[in-house]
Amino acid sequence: MSQKRRSSTAARRFAHAPVFAALGDETRLALLARLSEGRRCSISQLTHGSKLTRQAITKHLRVLERAGIVHAVREGRESLFEFDSVPIEEVKDYLNRISAQWDQALSRLKSFVEARP
Amino acid sequence: MGSDQIEKRIELKAPVSRVWRALTDYREFGEWFRVKLEGPFVPGQVAIGKITWPGYEHLTWRATVQAMEPQHLFSFTWHPYSVDPAIDYSTETPTLVEFRLEEIPQGTLLTLTESGFDKIPEHRRNEAFLRNDGGWTQQMKNIETHVSETS
Repeated sequence: MSQKRRSSTAARRFAHAPVFAALGDETRLALLARLSEGRRCSISQLTHGSKLTRQAITKHLRVLERAGIVHAVREGRESLFEFDSVPIEEVKDYLNRISAQWDQALSRLKSFVEARP
Repeated sequence: MGSDQIEKRIELKAPVSRVWRALTDYREFGEWFRVKLEGPFVPGQVAIGKITWPGYEHLTWRATVQAMEPQHLFSFTWHPYSVDPAIDYSTETPTLVEFRLEEIPQGTLLTLTESGFDKIPEHRRNEAFLRNDGGWTQQMKNIETHVSETS
């Protein structure tokens, strides 16, 4: 919608919590499942077949947009929403790095307690 | 286990009391964790030290001790992987790290969890993600496999 909302993924701040939080809702996951098929969708298309109102869907899309997982693209008179996999890739990467650090730390702990009774 | 929580289990061939000391004595913790702490761990207080990992010695390590239930549970909150000086981690919600000890015939079963990456610990959410989005299922599974490795 606004130009700010359409800013490039490269400029995004490195923040993971909003991405995790955005994924924590069944409606948003369903919206993402739909958008991750690759086709851009309007709010009307996303509302169609849903029990939720247009306003509710819009609210969820904004949460996804703020987390950078979807972007709004202006096309004629309406906004179309598209999926962006980068933030999700980033949080997976982040968890993998922390996980690897724990593997190393626990392995050092194991050597430590087993070598020094 | 959701993919916004890390959980690891490791069997240690040492008694629970030995593992407890390695976790909660600040000098011993510092040896294997690679941080030189200024003083003992006290629940509710911030533990501060210098990282002793080569290449990261200029960094300060900080954690707020939460629980110390002898021989059973040691926990603290911190900002994980906070090694990029360009990022202000203090604005991010810290995660909770928990070490749980359990006696087993071989010695001690240690379970480590780190949770709260989403601010709101609700671990169902990522199971929901796995159900709803086929495209990401395999990659999420890869994380779970990786995360559940024991050593």
